[in-house]
Amino acid sequence: MQSSSLKTRMATDRLIKVIAVLSALIGLLALVWILVTVVGKGIGALDFKFFTELPTPPGMIGGGLVNAIVGTIIMTILAALIAIPIGLLAGTYLAEIGKGSRLADIIRMVNNILIGVPSIIVGIFVYALLVIPMRSFSGYAGAAALAVIMLPIVVRTTEDMLTLVPDSLRESALALGVSRWRTTFDVVFRAAKQGLMTGVLLAVARVSGETAPLLFTALNSAYWFDSLKEPVANLTVTIFNYAMSPYSDWQQKAWGASLLITMGVLFLTITARLIMKKQRKQA
Amino acid sequence: MFLSPIRYNRMPIVLEAWESASSDNRIKPSSEDRAFRWITGISASSILLLMAGLIIVMLFYSHLALREFGFGFLFSDEWNPITQKFGALSSIYGTIISTVIAMLIAMPMGLAVALFLTEWSTPKAESFFGTAIELLAAIPSIIYGMWGLFVFAPFMADYVQPLVNQYLGFIPLFQGPPMGIGMLTTGIILALMILPFISSVSRDVFKMVPPVLKESAYGLGSTNWEVTKNVTMPYALQGIIGAGFLGLGRALGETMAVTFVIGNSHRISASLFQTGNSIASTLANEFTEASEPIYLHSLVALGFVLLLITVITQLAAQLWLRHVVKKAGGR
Repeated sequence: MQSSSLKTRMATDRLIKVIAVLSALIGLLALVWILVTVVGKGIGALDFKFFTELPTPPGMIGGGLVNAIVGTIIMTILAALIAIPIGLLAGTYLAEIGKGSRLADIIRMVNNILIGVPSIIVGIFVYALLVIPMRSFSGYAGAAALAVIMLPIVVRTTEDMLTLVPDSLRESALALGVSRWRTTFDVVFRAAKQGLMTGVLLAVARVSGETAPLLFTALNSAYWFDSLKEPVANLTVTIFNYAMSPYSDWQQKAWGASLLITMGVLFLTITARLIMKKQRKQA
Repeated sequence: MFLSPIRYNRMPIVLEAWESASSDNRIKPSSEDRAFRWITGISASSILLLMAGLIIVMLFYSHLALREFGFGFLFSDEWNPITQKFGALSSIYGTIISTVIAMLIAMPMGLAVALFLTEWSTPKAESFFGTAIELLAAIPSIIYGMWGLFVFAPFMADYVQPLVNQYLGFIPLFQGPPMGIGMLTTGIILALMILPFISSVSRDVFKMVPPVLKESAYGLGSTNWEVTKNVTMPYALQGIIGAGFLGLGRALGETMAVTFVIGNSHRISASLFQTGNSIASTLANEFTEASEPIYLHSLVALGFVLLLITVITQLAAQLWLRHVVKKAGGR
């Protein structure tokens, strides 16, 4: 490089910088393009009926997706109720009890692998485990699939957040004779509260936009569900089905549902990030 | 920071003393503490159970296909539910090709973004662009699918593909009708989806480069790019490879976005403009239609192949990054 003249060196430098700025701009452009598309095409579908009425039969105009909205919310909440407690406890084990042990190392590694397992595989797993024995697609199976996806994420963020708590806090509590579990829940958890909430919110956000794991578990339905033992309508699979349909009214509805899901997920993600930022400022 | 798999572990001294004291027979931990250990331990073990269950269940529900077709399953491109002959080749091919395209685009772009964020931008620009690009990771897969099918694929068909065809059409890769959907479009969308993972991890490893190294190079009169090329990149190389593995794992298993735009045909064609399928898209499309046991088992076998590929990639990424952090001194 020393052989080339200063001019070429400066020119190369500038070229690379332009490429870097362009790359960042392309990323930003993609985000804006997607968001503008979803808002532009979806906003028209979101009328009062969209939130209050059931879907119409194929080809008929009108109706709404109230069953899918409720279905998505219920399955997401159920999944969260299963995954969050187990995930918090498991993350606590990795950060507090088993830290440094061989078992914790292995669990941490397997957990990271689980995070990377494609969600459609989780769908097949739950199909084999719940749908085949119960002989029916069901809301329970859908919630279970979402919980399986959520669990490793909660474990991971819990461990990360608890690890950030300074050891002096633990040591002061233990030195005062406080038991280990009280130290963990009353001192460490309290110190990491905002971080833990961030992690949980991000996990919920991730799961509420999932489609693949619901395809063969909750399936979808055009009707109200009386119990979670039957197929349960949900927004994401509805988007998939409606988008692939030949009816323009359905495609319009798919865009409406896309807008709703995107806004929900982004709202949760941004809230989580704001909580994080606030905590960092305090620290 | 949530995208980065790098972490640091050490045991504080007082806690270590506490551990050895409580494992000492004379000082027994209270029964509540023992319960606390057990409950958290069992919860953590559920992760291992889940992984084991995943593998066992997938094997159990694919054994018919594995026994019927053996290793030939991997090398046959026949996929015919009527004659009940199944082979994974076209799905595996599509998975690999779309992932390769995605990596070829996302790797350099992700690195460029990370460089821009860590080296050449103001703190305000860093936080703005950093957030925007990480939000790309928050958008659900199905939204990429909708945008890909209804907006990006027509854009490709109208503007990009005719242009590419005109100038590079002599290469078989870029021949064929500009349909919009197909391998190339899938690869580009996948690239956007994994970009935040690659740039986020790269950003973390770039920040680990000791400033004194860079300052020495600047002191010798290097330009920004020369410092990057000769100091930052070599120093961060291993971390960059880890970032690549992470993006790779994501791209391989991506389902909904791919299902929308890949075209879903069981065939292998030389042109990137043609439609194809991937393992994940085949599963998404056909799983609920599988009426015969051998059909279902073949699909699960396909899923098992995908599971193996992703587990191996993730494992490699984990081990690699751990090795890197250790080497960097495990701050």
